[in-house]
Amino acid sequence: MNKIVVVDYGMGNLRSVAQALRAVAPEADVVISGEVADIESADRIVLPGQGAMPDCMRSLRESGVQDALLAASRSKPLMGVCIGEQMLFERSEEGHAAGLGLLPGEVVRFQLDGMLQEDGSRFKVPQMGWNQVQQSAAHPMWQDIPDNSYFYFVHSYFARPSVAEHTVGVTVYGAPFSCAVARDNIFATQFHPEKSAAAGLQLYKNFVHWSP
Amino acid sequence: MLAKRIIPCLDVTDGRVVKGVNFTELRDAGDPVEIARRYDEQGADELTFLDITATSDNRGLILHIIEAVASQVFIPLTVGGGVREVADVRRLLNAGADKVSMNSSAVANPQLVYDAAHKHGSQCIVVAIDAKQVAPGKWEVFTHGGRKATGLDAIEWAKKMEQLGAGEILLTSMDRDGTKSGFDLGLTRGVSDAISIPVIASGGVGGLQDLADGIKLGKADAVLAASIFHYGQHTVQEAKQFMAQQGIPMRLA
Repeated sequence: MNKIVVVDYGMGNLRSVAQALRAVAPEADVVISGEVADIESADRIVLPGQGAMPDCMRSLRESGVQDALLAASRSKPLMGVCIGEQMLFERSEEGHAAGLGLLPGEVVRFQLDGMLQEDGSRFKVPQMGWNQVQQSAAHPMWQDIPDNSYFYFVHSYFARPSVAEHTVGVTVYGAPFSCAVARDNIFATQFHPEKSAAAGLQLYKNFVHWSP
Repeated sequence: MLAKRIIPCLDVTDGRVVKGVNFTELRDAGDPVEIARRYDEQGADELTFLDITATSDNRGLILHIIEAVASQVFIPLTVGGGVREVADVRRLLNAGADKVSMNSSAVANPQLVYDAAHKHGSQCIVVAIDAKQVAPGKWEVFTHGGRKATGLDAIEWAKKMEQLGAGEILLTSMDRDGTKSGFDLGLTRGVSDAISIPVIASGGVGGLQDLADGIKLGKADAVLAASIFHYGQHTVQEAKQFMAQQGIPMRLA
């Protein structure tokens, strides 16, 4: 049995993530849980997150699952989504929050004030909507997803990895930024695969079958 | 490049999708889950559900609809209508909504926008503004489905909502709603230029050129329409292809 735990620490659209996983892996045991025992017995882990990173980090600490999550991150396939991606890094500009430190680098805010898009309209922050993801490095998680597919983004901050090799996907909004990162058994996206129609479902499907 | 969005809007009452003209004369347009699935297949970028006769009595109906849609349709869902307290936002997000829209309650209690944005994040807080032109270059905010004047200037109100933490503005011209005469482009442009969060243009779409004009002339980030899609006049895919041909960045399936 493939047990996939969507980590519940009180933040984020867990239901959508779980439903997307169930849609692509009806045979898997998809559990939304904030219990240490579930994280310890999981085969795969999804770390979602929504809102502000300082709040997410505080909730994660207070939920009591942070240590179990860090232990699992050493060996089990782990997928971070949105703030769940940002939290993998060392720190964020947002509220000067410390992250989990699983990936070197920091999370910074879009600086697009006064800049105009090609059509003369303002760059809006948050970036909200569908943008193209360029697969800047090959990765098993990209299997059967065409390069430059559109994914759904909603965010004002993004991760800036200090190790260039950790970036596997790039999106352009004002300037190119890292929107998908990977290291060993960890893969994470700034965008929301659970809201990205067919391309997003394929990414979850790849995660369910990924053997890092 | 970030694509401009097409958002079919489903007005919901008593568990059914309806469409009105100038906020009245409701006509039945079908089952919400069925319609949502069809729009997803056509390439809709998001869906908006407005509970237009929301009362505490039928609150459960829209929650049930959102749960059903969210289990089958994997694109963003916005829900509005009858959101009066932060706990309502939580309930709708738990049911599967990605964003929650507030209108009358934001006017009655602007603190609600601040509290909801700080509790759940700006990314999920949409403020809907229903505006009516009152003088050249001037629009007033109305509430309660367009029945109540507020004395608020629409552009100033949009700026205030951004400051309080709104992540997006859903801007409806009441003069145009249901008339099929196109968006109020002056209103749309005025609000879009004044704020740094995305603006969804709404009210008045009669054809595909209206959608394109909302983006190109109104500078909206997204366009919302109901009747041209509900009654089969155009598919979302046709609309996207038309707009792409005019050089607008679109996500084409």
